[in-house]
Amino acid sequence: MKKLWKGNEAIAEAAVAAGCRYFFGYPITPQNEIPEYLSWRLPEVGGAFIQAESEVSAINMVYGAAGAGARAMTSSSSPGVSLKQEGISYIAGAELPCVIVNMMRSGPGLGGIQPAQGDYFQATKGGGHGDYHPIVYAPSSIQEFVDITYNAFDVADKYRCPVMIIGDGMLGQMMEPAEIPPMRDLKDLPNKDDWAAYGHSDGRQRLINSIRIEADDLEQFCNRLFEKYKVIAQNETRSEEYLTEDAEYIFVAYGSVARICKAAVVELRAHGIKAGLIRPITLYPYPSDVIAKRAKSAQVKKFITVEMSMGQMVEDVRLAVNGLKPVEFYGRCGGNVMMPADLVKYVKEGK
Amino acid sequence: MQKITISGFGGQGVLSLGKFISYSAIEQNLNTSWLPSYGPEMRGGTANCSVIYSAEEIAAPVIDHPDILIAFNEPSLDKFENAVKKDGIIIINSDIVHKKTTRKDVKFYEIPVDTLAAEINKRGANVYMLGVLLPIFGDITEEAAIHAVEHVFESKPKVIPSNIECLKAGIAYMQKLLK
Repeated sequence: MKKLWKGNEAIAEAAVAAGCRYFFGYPITPQNEIPEYLSWRLPEVGGAFIQAESEVSAINMVYGAAGAGARAMTSSSSPGVSLKQEGISYIAGAELPCVIVNMMRSGPGLGGIQPAQGDYFQATKGGGHGDYHPIVYAPSSIQEFVDITYNAFDVADKYRCPVMIIGDGMLGQMMEPAEIPPMRDLKDLPNKDDWAAYGHSDGRQRLINSIRIEADDLEQFCNRLFEKYKVIAQNETRSEEYLTEDAEYIFVAYGSVARICKAAVVELRAHGIKAGLIRPITLYPYPSDVIAKRAKSAQVKKFITVEMSMGQMVEDVRLAVNGLKPVEFYGRCGGNVMMPADLVKYVKEGK
Repeated sequence: MQKITISGFGGQGVLSLGKFISYSAIEQNLNTSWLPSYGPEMRGGTANCSVIYSAEEIAAPVIDHPDILIAFNEPSLDKFENAVKKDGIIIINSDIVHKKTTRKDVKFYEIPVDTLAAEINKRGANVYMLGVLLPIFGDITEEAAIHAVEHVFESKPKVIPSNIECLKAGIAYMQKLLK
């Protein structure tokens, strides 16, 4: 049955349902309801919640739990996620599965606590040092947060890589009806006998680390990692198109902003202006093909990338459009949220 | 579809009034979204929330032009009255707000909810306001609202009967006013 869920709490319950039993975090607004919820919920299901002494500790505890074969997770918001980057790079280097949630707030620096999308580059381009990407999801409703969180642990296990779910303060704080999928039986979770460091009891020796001193070893590893990313791109890229078939103006937006664009599309169409929306659901791998296909449509006049930032995803849209059509940018930042009417005005006035 | 902006001081039950509406909408299988203000704005200052319910999918959870504004204090009326859409509705808590709207193109209701609710339950002003809203909405039943109240006060069952009484009194008050 559908219940009214707050975004942050829905993510937390969906993680429990997915078989996550270990959470490590450090408080920061606007995602505190995730650790708060899991602090009482995980002990109920035989799991453990630890409030670490810092974000750096928390992400390294995730490394440890994931290395031991458990489904583990951390969450934070922008400045806190910056602190976790070293650990995320190590997790990618050690090929460990885990889920990281970033409920973005406005930056740079300590910034503000209102919604923003300024961490797109950080999330999708690696964030930490070295050649790697997490898989990045950007849900736009509470139900989608639930479904993606539930699925994220499977994806992480399948490819043995970190999965990041990004939202913003608006999605974290708001409430909508959502249904949590059935609780996974831990016995049915993927078997990790061939790599996880459970201990010496079965006589096996396991070493999980991310150090590869020999240049050739490391190059071979990076090649293998990027072969894996090709498979991930083939299998996991997701996006939603809304009224793009005959659209002359196509918004490209993700997360909460995509919903504001959707409302603008409806309003523009009521005024006889053919607008549409491409909403990337995965930000890495990026749905470039979907955008490239629309860029080839004769009737498309331009793409308008809309973000709560100074313009980050717009670069990936430009790469996908590859000069075939103009790509414009509309953004708000600092924690301000655009209204559908702002976008309607932007399209109508041609600027 | 109804788009409702509720605003007032922190502690006046502004956010929970929004939750009552969303829970009521869910009871009737409608889509709904509840978006609160959060952060420094709330601490000692004003709190507001945007509530939408609809039979259709809800795209943007933000509200630029509410159908209904409920202002529990004067700064809320000042801040949001010009955003209310033409022929929309503004309701004030006239125990706290001692001025009228400057808008001529909206319906304006001054309701002393604190006084009215206090006859039943001193802390029931926001549930009383929920009752006031039902005849305006027209598509949320009393039964759904009662379930919403029971749900929100699940952990405090003692307060449920007096809140349901406030709800019913609010409905009766507005029905009389609309006649």
